[in-house]
Amino acid sequence: METFVPPVPSRINYLNAQYGLKSWLLTKDHKRIALLYLGSISVFFLIGGLYAMFIRLELLTPQADLLQSTTYNKVFTQHGIIMVFFFLIPSIPATLGNFLIPMMIGAKDLAFPRINLLSWYIYMLGGIVTIYALLAGGVDTGWTFYTPFSTTFSNSYVVATGLGIFINGFSSILTGLNFIVTIHTMRAPGMTWFRLPLFIWSHYATSLIMILGTPVIAITILLLAFERLAHIGIFDPAVGGDPILFQHLFWFYSHPAVYIMVLPGMGVISELIANFSRKNIFGYSFVAFSSLAIAVFGFLVWGHHLFVAGQSLYAGMIFSFLSFAVAIPSAIKVFNWTATLYKASISYDTPMLYALGFIGLFTIGGMTGLFVAALATDVHLSDTYFVVAHFHYIMVGGTLLAYLGGLHYWWPKISGRMYPEGWGRFAALIIFVGFHLTFMPQFILGYMGMPRRYHVYPPEFQVLHVLSTAGASILGVGLLIPLVYLIWSMRYGKIAEGNPWHLPGLEWRTQSPPPTENFEYTPIVTWEAYEFAPPEEMQVVGKFRNEVVERS
Amino acid sequence: MAESYAVEHEASHPGLQHHFANMEQQREAGTLGMWVFLVTEIMFFGGMFLAYTLYRSKYPEAFAVASNHLDIKLGAVNTAVLILSSLTMAMAVFSTQIGRLRAQVVYLALTIVLGLVFLGIKAVEYHEKYVDHLIPGTLIPGNPFNPHLELPTGVSMRHVEMFYWIYFAMTGMHAVHMVIGIGIMSVLLYFAAKGRFSPEYHSPVEVSGLYWHFVDIVWIFLFPLLYLLGRHLGGHAG
Repeated sequence: METFVPPVPSRINYLNAQYGLKSWLLTKDHKRIALLYLGSISVFFLIGGLYAMFIRLELLTPQADLLQSTTYNKVFTQHGIIMVFFFLIPSIPATLGNFLIPMMIGAKDLAFPRINLLSWYIYMLGGIVTIYALLAGGVDTGWTFYTPFSTTFSNSYVVATGLGIFINGFSSILTGLNFIVTIHTMRAPGMTWFRLPLFIWSHYATSLIMILGTPVIAITILLLAFERLAHIGIFDPAVGGDPILFQHLFWFYSHPAVYIMVLPGMGVISELIANFSRKNIFGYSFVAFSSLAIAVFGFLVWGHHLFVAGQSLYAGMIFSFLSFAVAIPSAIKVFNWTATLYKASISYDTPMLYALGFIGLFTIGGMTGLFVAALATDVHLSDTYFVVAHFHYIMVGGTLLAYLGGLHYWWPKISGRMYPEGWGRFAALIIFVGFHLTFMPQFILGYMGMPRRYHVYPPEFQVLHVLSTAGASILGVGLLIPLVYLIWSMRYGKIAEGNPWHLPGLEWRTQSPPPTENFEYTPIVTWEAYEFAPPEEMQVVGKFRNEVVERS
Repeated sequence: MAESYAVEHEASHPGLQHHFANMEQQREAGTLGMWVFLVTEIMFFGGMFLAYTLYRSKYPEAFAVASNHLDIKLGAVNTAVLILSSLTMAMAVFSTQIGRLRAQVVYLALTIVLGLVFLGIKAVEYHEKYVDHLIPGTLIPGNPFNPHLELPTGVSMRHVEMFYWIYFAMTGMHAVHMVIGIGIMSVLLYFAAKGRFSPEYHSPVEVSGLYWHFVDIVWIFLFPLLYLLGRHLGGHAG
């Protein structure tokens, strides 16, 4: 017998269920842990951004005026380490993924709530150790820690920084493990694999990379630390070791890590494009499987970082070919997103602006990736600003934009309040313009021969560097605007309904903010992903929309 | 709303956590979680296996000479000890599943004892290496790598040292895992003695067993790779 349970407006939610510092620091609720992560990665993002500011200010002029060489080396190294390991890698998975995966599959929590909390503590411990290393004197090896400079010659805090990254890696491993087990075992009745939102598919693929790649960087950094401390080792040519082995092991993780950063972003974009087009995504299974394909191919392309490092030519040719192959699943996604927009009823709310920006920036970032994946052009472009521009288009233009888009989109669910739409669109536009102005000149600089990691350059490069610094200032201001109005909206924003966007996803079928166990009762899924009901039915939705439940 | 909870949450067993619908789902999640964790462990050891493979193929003579200075008898005894401990671990899981709870406690205790025997023998071996100045680099301050070895022509002492670094890195990391395993077994033993586990609720024992077997299997690979190099040539490849 089927009964319709009328909506019961409830004021108890995960935010006001308990109060006090202890209720946050000892919480096992995935939503609260997501907020702990949100706060801490924002702090690390600000620190990383501060370093970026120093880099851009120094590069305003061709001479060294603001920073001297050793300081400059530390500043760009620390910018990279903080941004990669402490912002980009945990950004979307640990906040939005943590918050939404159980909600999207109709579960009460992740499979291992205690391990989830543990992962945040490990992240904080790793972060504190790294911050200690930075305050104690910093590190100047570049975020890549290439040997033998890092093992033998550098006079900076390599071991302490490495220890921080080593510790932080376990938080990433535990998050990935938790996601995989949750997606396998915690889906609500009727939530089959092909009814999963694409956000889940991309997080599944991301988690695979996290569990397969992160242990390799862990052991690599451990061996590097011992090598530096005990003057023995497998990377040091002085004792018969091979520094190229370090590069292989490092990039075996760190190239797939790029996909840890961008795959969750692609998941967010798939949600935004489908939902703000009010249309089922074009080619659901292609988009789903392309995530897995990127995860698999992503593990086979690390050698393209070694084209000019003395790797054999034949290995280079194979890695070049495989790197081109990754473009296929990436392009499948872009084409399917674009095809979804065709004849759709698109609404240009803030999240959608970020999504459309993502498609453009990711395409530019991806296409320029092919330039550096080609053996011959890479010889010219390797270690220039072209590479810097390329990966910033993916990491900032891709991951950061998707993160901001997702944050705005789910903000009503997370905070129970609406963000100010006008300010949201304004900031999205500023960020888009500032981003292009920052990194487009860097493509040209790199093509002209400006090497990365240098702070003194010939005067003819100055115009482009000034443009880039101007863009960075606009980008910085643009990024501060959401910080201000999102915090403002937590108290003064318009109260959000359970389903403010009128969407079919499970996370929208409960109140905003959700109760501690996410749903009043375990939902039974009888619809496909992105199955939009007729508009009049969507209008009927009250405070939150309950589903028809079968009771025995 | 009360009856809608009834269909999903068997509030029958005290071991069932609130976010699982039933014991079966909880067991499934725990087991899969451990398997995924073991995959990460394989990748973790994988980096060292790669380094071993690379340098063994690059410096085969030096590796054979170095390997022949390991104590094959102690290594073989330790292999037997670990295989035996896997048997007692499997028996502990089996006893829990069929509800023979006294046997479960005995087998868990035996597993811990065998694990400690392994670590003891390992400590004896490490000490021998210390006495012979075979500890690489400055790992032990004041006792640099300086063994009295007859090296065949063309074999560099540096490469012998590299073998010993890989040996200590791999067996050391394995020993760390053994210590963690013994810690887990001790916690299990404590709860088993209090009668926490039963045929309905045995997944902690089962899942910890998976970990224990994994650590054993790593050793099964380490023993031939590190101890048996060049033995088919009559024990003296050098």
